[in-house]
Amino acid sequence: MTADVAVLGVGMHPWGKWGRSFVEYGTAAARAALADAGLEWRDVGSIVGADTVRGGYPGYVAGATFAKALGWQGARVASVYAACASGAQAVAAARSQILAGLADVVLVVGADAAPKGFFRPAGGDRPDDPDWLRFRLLGATNPTYFGLYARRRMAVFGDTPEDFALVKVKNAALGALNPYARYRKRVTAEEVAASQVVADPLRLLDICATSDGGAALVLSSLDFARRHGVARPVRIRAVSTVTPRYPSTVLDLPDIATDSAAAVAPPAETFRASIARAAYEEAGIGPEELSLAEVYDLSTALELQWYEDLGLCGEGEAAKLLREGVTALGGRTPVNASGGLASFGEAVPAQAIAQICELTWQLRDTAGDRQVAHARVGITANQGLFGHGSSVIAVR
Amino acid sequence: MSGTRTPAVEGWFTGAGDDFRLLGTRCGACASVFFPREDAHCRNPGCAGGDLEEVPLSRRGRIWSYTDSRYRPPSPYVSDPELPWEPYALIAVELESERIVVLGQAVPWITVADLAMGMEVEAVPGVLSEDAETTWTTWHWRPTGVTA
Repeated sequence: MTADVAVLGVGMHPWGKWGRSFVEYGTAAARAALADAGLEWRDVGSIVGADTVRGGYPGYVAGATFAKALGWQGARVASVYAACASGAQAVAAARSQILAGLADVVLVVGADAAPKGFFRPAGGDRPDDPDWLRFRLLGATNPTYFGLYARRRMAVFGDTPEDFALVKVKNAALGALNPYARYRKRVTAEEVAASQVVADPLRLLDICATSDGGAALVLSSLDFARRHGVARPVRIRAVSTVTPRYPSTVLDLPDIATDSAAAVAPPAETFRASIARAAYEEAGIGPEELSLAEVYDLSTALELQWYEDLGLCGEGEAAKLLREGVTALGGRTPVNASGGLASFGEAVPAQAIAQICELTWQLRDTAGDRQVAHARVGITANQGLFGHGSSVIAVR
Repeated sequence: MSGTRTPAVEGWFTGAGDDFRLLGTRCGACASVFFPREDAHCRNPGCAGGDLEEVPLSRRGRIWSYTDSRYRPPSPYVSDPELPWEPYALIAVELESERIVVLGQAVPWITVADLAMGMEVEAVPGVLSEDAETTWTTWHWRPTGVTA
């Protein structure tokens, strides 16, 4: 039995390539979230950091660094690393503390300062590390995995590069309306088709960039929210942080091979589908009740994959859903009303938190020109390298 | 520039020419197969764990998906920055009897235009990179019936 926690405040530092420290982005986002909550940093009993792998020693790239930058005030600290899923695990840790009565108010912060070009593994020779090995042995960058998935969808479901381009067109139009997005220009299908191929069949404008950015949340117990005068806060109702089940038969980053299904039959659903199902079950909510979804569109083709994994449509029907406008603003279930990674680029530990910022603005009816009408229930979904599931359901 | 031939990774493949095979391990208790090799403990959560014995994987499989790398990957991938980047294809291959998908580079003269889903390919010895002392060897996937 779980219970809701309140989202009292949200804040972001704009995404971009600013060339400054992740600490600055995270602290700016934290101050914005505190102001949004109407709370002082001294009111916060606990801070949870979503770590970056860039910027130094693991003890530095963590929650305590943000606490120091905000001014030591003695708050309890925790830090998590789960690649792209770090933000959701930070929220899960914060929620556990609140529901256990260990803290009334928890600040969750994630920020990153990304390098130019491809992500690469940390330095040194580490032949036991699958992430190091896939670069050393295969030169298999993240976009090559996205290319494999996209080609597979084309072969199995008949998706086309034109379908993929439509995802970018949709998300770029929404990102143009978001002041926190890095890319705020509309993009045409012709521009996608004219961009360079990076990993066949995907082109530069099919693939998300790497960005600097920071996002933060102020979470509290519902009791605290009431005492603080917030009668109807946005509430987090489910946080899914599941791992895959053996044998996992989808080739996932950073692996060189899948598990073998020779001795044990594979589970009925893929890992990605199980991430969403765990969230739905915890919330007691189904896909038909969603007002909107924020999904991890590392590539245009992956956004389509999420439609199916979230249960917005059946297997292989995602491109049809997109073409019918179901996932556009004004459609039945808008996806990535924020503009998605297509408009933000990826700031890894901040990204899952940024997804919740967008749900919060939408559920409060304060998302401006990109507002989803009558938004009541939202879901986020992403998947972190090495088998980290991440999905959050928020309601109001 | 060709020195000692040394596997770029130890214990993942063996043999030359037609005898070349990828190497995995198999659990003596539940028969689960692992590639890359698992030598410590069986990862099937329903298995108490048996002896892990080295097994050669099927030499041939069918293409599950494919892509390519049009831009130079970062280190630890080794390439000569003085030379123009030559894209190579990556192929994910499903081995029928092991029910596993294994990623690998295609032989260098193959491009994505030569590939199709479901096409039969086989594992062959290949060269990953060369330096003054060493030729680092690896596995490549080659469409069957195609020779250099």
